Amino acid sequence: MTTASFLTRAEPLVRRGIRPALWLLVLLPAVVLIAQLLLDQLGAEPIEKLEKGSGEWALRLLAASLAVTPLMRLTGWGWLVAQRKFLGLAAFFWAFAHLSVYIVLDWFFDWNEIIKDILEHLYITVGMLAFVLMIPLALTSTKGAIRKIGGVRWNQLHRLVYVSAIAACVHFWWGVKKDVEEPIIYGAIVASLLALRLFWKRGPATPR
Amino acid sequence: MLIRRPDDIKSSEITPESVYLNRRAFVGTAGALALGSVLTPDALRALSATGQSQDDKLTSEEDATSYNNYYEFGTSKDDPKEQSKDFQPMPWTVNVDGLVKTPRPFSFDELVGKLPVQDRTYRHRCVEAWSMVIPWQGVMLKDIIARCEPLPGAKFLEMTTLYDPKRMPGQKRAALPWPYKEALRLDEAMNPLTLFATGMYGKPLPNQNGAPLRLVVPWKYGFKGVKAIVKLRFTDKMPNTTWNDAVPSEYGFFANVNPSVDHPRWSQAKERRIGQFLKINTLPFNGYAAQVASMYTGMDLRRYY
Repeated sequence: MTTASFLTRAEPLVRRGIRPALWLLVLLPAVVLIAQLLLDQLGAEPIEKLEKGSGEWALRLLAASLAVTPLMRLTGWGWLVAQRKFLGLAAFFWAFAHLSVYIVLDWFFDWNEIIKDILEHLYITVGMLAFVLMIPLALTSTKGAIRKIGGVRWNQLHRLVYVSAIAACVHFWWGVKKDVEEPIIYGAIVASLLALRLFWKRGPATPR
Repeated sequence: MLIRRPDDIKSSEITPESVYLNRRAFVGTAGALALGSVLTPDALRALSATGQSQDDKLTSEEDATSYNNYYEFGTSKDDPKEQSKDFQPMPWTVNVDGLVKTPRPFSFDELVGKLPVQDRTYRHRCVEAWSMVIPWQGVMLKDIIARCEPLPGAKFLEMTTLYDPKRMPGQKRAALPWPYKEALRLDEAMNPLTLFATGMYGKPLPNQNGAPLRLVVPWKYGFKGVKAIVKLRFTDKMPNTTWNDAVPSEYGFFANVNPSVDHPRWSQAKERRIGQFLKINTLPFNGYAAQVASMYTGMDLRRYY
């Protein structure tokens, strides 16, 4: 079977199943973390586990959203663009959860310390940057917003996601003591996804 | 916080090692308990609560034995308990080397046996800004040093963790340059607070906490507390230490707990006491300034972090 005919056969199946699968991907970790918290299964430092878990899911989903455009290009499945929006918003909500754990559970609204932390510690600064850059992207994710802004400018604006993804990886990397294995893996994935775009830049334009 | 100096400890309070090593039988011995030769957790709690600005409740034994930084058994906090469960610490030999009268191997008993057993409840402050309160049992390092008979030229003591990737699976990965080494200036090592722990919570030291022998220096960040010690080397030069070698800008040789000198990447002003929700202020020298600050008079603690 050729790749093309395989894709043709797989398309309706994937198209039908992908949204439930993505919902599961986005919600299941939250259910698991909350259940672990309630059942006291998060060990001696549950706040750290929630903080790390939410941050990692934000980064995973952000990387997944960056993988959609290359996938669209490889498969020619234009309808994937809706999944890109879904994954981007999911990443934003997980990043929001991550920030909330930091503000509410880690520092319990100790704004003096939080502001000091953001200004003085570069890995926190970079993490905040990653989140703040996602805000305009989440706000302009609707069809109405795209129409209002115009496709070209919308695409330009949404290139901010590259900066956000790089900042998120740096935030992870600078936050660990010595165990850089995981940050390196995430960094490599994000870097490859961005490199693909550079590589294809000269080719026919696809929506980002 | 309970800090018992040698002259506070009556001979009647010293637990014979045989009794200490056989605690289960010992606990059953009502007479010995009546002598109060070992502090019960409740007594420790009462003692730790006196005269302290912080609420120094004992960390739960479960937390202290399941949330560990011990890269020889994996880099996550819950790895050491799981990955060290088959580790057999005994028999154990410690090589005493360098500027000593006779460099030679000591069996665990030769080194530790029959020394006065200390019950010390100390705050434990990790460089990652969390902390615990742990009831240790062990011997004063100065008593061990006396047995090693260092020469007058000895200025530093280097302590090395076992290197055996078959028994310590984390060492199969180069998470750190193995073997783990730590060192103290000799006056720090001789300080009465400095302990070689052989037990905690009234039980033999769990593998994940550094069995059978680990260093406890309560005024320094936890990474100074080298575990599973197999070598003591006395020297006249400041030895290299593992974390200082790995990331010199972040982890110093001295590593005294200091809320006013931040880690380059995070604040050291506050800490989360494991089991508590709100962060608490970190104290200079982890609250042991009265006992140790004089050793650093005139030193720029910002430079010698």
